[in-house]
Amino acid sequence: MKILVIEDDTEAASYLAKGLKESGYEVDIADDGRQGLVQAISQPYDVLVVDRMLPGMDGLSIVEAVRAAGMDTKVIFLSAMAEVGDRVEGLRAGGDDYLPKPFAFSELLARIEALLRRPAEQAAETALHVGDLTMDLLTHTVKRAGDAIELQPREFRLLEYLMRHAGQVVTRTMLLENVWDYHFDPQTNVIDVHISRLRRKIDRGFEKPLLHTVRGAGYCLRAHD
Amino acid sequence: MTRLLASSTFRLAALYLGLFSLSAALLFGFIYLSTAGFAQHQTDEIIETEIDALAEQFNQQGMVGLVRALDRRSASARATRGLYLLTDANFKPLVGNLSRWPDEEPDADGWVTFALQYADEASGDFGRARIFRLRGPLHLLVGRDIREQKAFEALMLDSLIWGAAITFALALAGGTLMSRAMLRRVDAINDTSREIIAGDFSRRVPVSGSGDEFDRLAGNLNAMLDQIERLMAGMKQVTSNIAHDLRTPLNRLRGRLEQALIGNPDPDAYREALAGSIEEADNLLKTFAALLNIAQAEAGATRERFAAVDLAALIRDVADLYDPLAEERGLTLKVDAPAASPVQGDRHLLFQAVANLLDNAIKFTAAANAPDKSIAIRLDQASPGVDIVVQDHGPGIPLDQRTRVLDPFVRLEDSRSEPGNGLGLSLAAAVAQLHGGTLALDDNRPGLRATLSLPVGPAG
Repeated sequence: MKILVIEDDTEAASYLAKGLKESGYEVDIADDGRQGLVQAISQPYDVLVVDRMLPGMDGLSIVEAVRAAGMDTKVIFLSAMAEVGDRVEGLRAGGDDYLPKPFAFSELLARIEALLRRPAEQAAETALHVGDLTMDLLTHTVKRAGDAIELQPREFRLLEYLMRHAGQVVTRTMLLENVWDYHFDPQTNVIDVHISRLRRKIDRGFEKPLLHTVRGAGYCLRAHD
Repeated sequence: MTRLLASSTFRLAALYLGLFSLSAALLFGFIYLSTAGFAQHQTDEIIETEIDALAEQFNQQGMVGLVRALDRRSASARATRGLYLLTDANFKPLVGNLSRWPDEEPDADGWVTFALQYADEASGDFGRARIFRLRGPLHLLVGRDIREQKAFEALMLDSLIWGAAITFALALAGGTLMSRAMLRRVDAINDTSREIIAGDFSRRVPVSGSGDEFDRLAGNLNAMLDQIERLMAGMKQVTSNIAHDLRTPLNRLRGRLEQALIGNPDPDAYREALAGSIEEADNLLKTFAALLNIAQAEAGATRERFAAVDLAALIRDVADLYDPLAEERGLTLKVDAPAASPVQGDRHLLFQAVANLLDNAIKFTAAANAPDKSIAIRLDQASPGVDIVVQDHGPGIPLDQRTRVLDPFVRLEDSRSEPGNGLGLSLAAAVAQLHGGTLALDDNRPGLRATLSLPVGPAG
């Protein structure tokens, strides 16, 4: 998997590249808009990570040019321009996701992974599996090691999201946006309570927990390795 | 003086003065011409009548009758002011009270205005007459002494000119005084403005008390200045609060990192320090996000993406999100959200506002360990809008603090130990204001009742 990071802040770019390489991606960096566009068009990348404000050519124009060239490379914008209007602009220009700065690296990683998985999700799945945990999407039932687990509707959606992103770090913001569908910043870590309830239901009585807290980042649902 | 001339009031006054003088001049000119013309016309008619009478004499009694009539009329001319002269072909006087034939040329009808020479006066155009050629050939002149008429005309002209001059002078003086008075009041406003620009924000525009438009202007300016002063004071307060409230966590962050660096901890302790630092940084970012949200809501920038929001659903979502938290803290959350008219708004900001109210209710009720552990969130269809009411039985907020807690970063002393950045209620209030609504805090006896009132229909 190859990623092009178009970012003029060299320190931020190298820190991104380092983190992405550690997560197993091949990474190229372009620190100028025009050079970034040339690279994005001339080489096959799986994901473009594009800053909006760049010297030479702005991020929106780069992505518009890439789309005009008929390429459907996944694009994620990074920008300090974080208002809803800016996000909409970015998505309209052809971006697949939009992450406002400042962001947690784990969130960028999670979003990149989500983008790369998206086509697979389009196949009509009827069940999700993580370790011995299974979710039947048709009957809305969840079982762990064969035992049925009773879940409230919201808990079901929360678990579904975590299972669809199994193995990835999922941030609290991602959960609020995707499970509750609101952009907001809770004063209290209200999500933690939902997670611990869910954890009680799916992990209690089992030797190896599936739902892990990643400090400073969020949560991760993964089968014991 | 140049400033007076340059003022728009003076220019306006001068314009009125010009128009007024012009119309006065036209009026006076018309009066003069019509009265003077009337007098002349009257004289001419008298002369015509006399000519008719003389012609009658001539027709009945011939030349002898005419001469006799002329003689008789000349004799009484001192009273009638008549002028008569009959001359021979060489203009040598035969009968009449004129010493000689006038030199002036008559017009086509024989009318002539000519100079009369009296012993005691300078000559002037004081005679008006009509002249005829009779058979003979003789020349006849019948006229009138018009010195009185001329004197009347001159008097009239004089008084009209004086009248016009006085009118002009009065208008000029009045206009100047009026523009001076207006200029003085505008100057007072300008002086105050300059002093305020120079930094004295306590200055206010003087109000005369007459309630005129200048007073209204001054009143509005003063109200505006009061508002600006309040905002400035608020901003100063916020700025120093920001400095304080951001410095504290930044200092903690720095201390944590420094300790990790100085000590000789094992990898686990490093991880602990780093994770703690990230949490600290996240809290800072949250504070920034809240500040930005408030600024955004106050600027009204998001109003263009307003859409219809189903508040009942929104309240159920908030309650759904917070219910586990309330339960964990040993509280019960009662939700009463019947369907209500949709409001025009930003659902994310409204969610944030309601969540903040509920968050506070849960936090403070749990911390105070109040006997009544129920919290209610309710949607009321109030006329003309809707009310979202969050009621708790916690410690509440003292009456004198209820306005203050809406200011950014204000946290009551008792609540300092609770997590939070002091922006929750400010943000809720800013969101209410953005939607044309209000946030009211009342005593729930005991506890706090927060009411977020929103107008229904197009946001105002």
